[in-house]
Amino acid sequence: MERVAVLHPSSIIAELKRNNFTHVVWLPDSETNFMYHQLTADPDVTLVPVCREGETMAIAAGLWVGGKKPVVLIQNTGIFESGDSIRGLGLDVNQPLVMLVGYRGWDKHGITTDSAARFIEHILHAWGINYYLVETDEHAPRISMAAEEAERTSKPVAVLIGTEFGA
Amino acid sequence: MIKNVDAVRIIDEHRGEAVIVTTMGAGNQSFGLPTVTHRQELDLPVAGAMGKASSVALGLALAVPDRKVFVLDGDGSLVMNLGTLTTISNMAPENLYHFVFENGVYAVTGGQPIPAAGKLSFQGMAREAGYAASFEFDDTEELATNIDSVLKEKGPVLVCLRTVPEIENTPVQFREKTSRTMRMAIEEVSTAVRA
Repeated sequence: MERVAVLHPSSIIAELKRNNFTHVVWLPDSETNFMYHQLTADPDVTLVPVCREGETMAIAAGLWVGGKKPVVLIQNTGIFESGDSIRGLGLDVNQPLVMLVGYRGWDKHGITTDSAARFIEHILHAWGINYYLVETDEHAPRISMAAEEAERTSKPVAVLIGTEFGA
Repeated sequence: MIKNVDAVRIIDEHRGEAVIVTTMGAGNQSFGLPTVTHRQELDLPVAGAMGKASSVALGLALAVPDRKVFVLDGDGSLVMNLGTLTTISNMAPENLYHFVFENGVYAVTGGQPIPAAGKLSFQGMAREAGYAASFEFDDTEELATNIDSVLKEKGPVLVCLRTVPEIENTPVQFREKTSRTMRMAIEEVSTAVRA
């Protein structure tokens, strides 16, 4: 069955530019693959690819200390892997970090069998990390809300990307 | 073999305006950077980073390309985050200098050997990962003599230092703590590098 794209990479990238993000620190995932191609061609944002998600918060911390404004882009599975980095280099040091998180397994129409989806919101609640859900182009401005909240509270804030991007 | 404090002193003496990011033994209150530094406003100790000091240093190096960034890493720390070698190589920051204090053990947890201690080569791994240059020193005088030429190389450069294990086995909550917290260090370094 053909999937209808309701969230376009251009909507996300427009939000990144609106908020003056300078670097996207990321590990590719299926939800964000189409954005990769657009970002690599964009001169305004620097991509920093990593080998494992726990690197992203640490690299972002260094960029932040140096005066840049990074955003992290990983999958929810990567959030689980990144626990200690989020604790030590996000929460403990008051890093105002926006984390765009591919919501693998998300299905608002039924019960998901994917534990990556079932656990992610509980984990964020446990850390006291607020989050926003983005599923369509109309939701994209929630990234601006997350960016404002991260700056105001000096804390990491997550944006869960609940659908695969369309081309 | 080189003593921690001697290695840190030599690096500190040649830092110029470089930011120094430290972790584990190299940043230890008893025998690391806080003991010998002369530019504390440019020191960024990353406590409890579980191998991520080099990742923090990479981010900082990308943010301030006109300033050198040194990271004083541990061997146990680096093997926790070996992918960092390829991540750094890929971004290729010319201003990043990655010093690895290789003592073969987890010194701050009682001296247990790290995996593959004595078998692996950090210089070799950095070279094969694509660092611009890599070096290894096991003698204090040799390090002191050559550090200027090392720092003339374009990064990313890895410098493996064979160091004497300085074992600490006091539970974390009973150890001497620096009065300068990581948040304070972030604030000071951030202000200094943006000035």
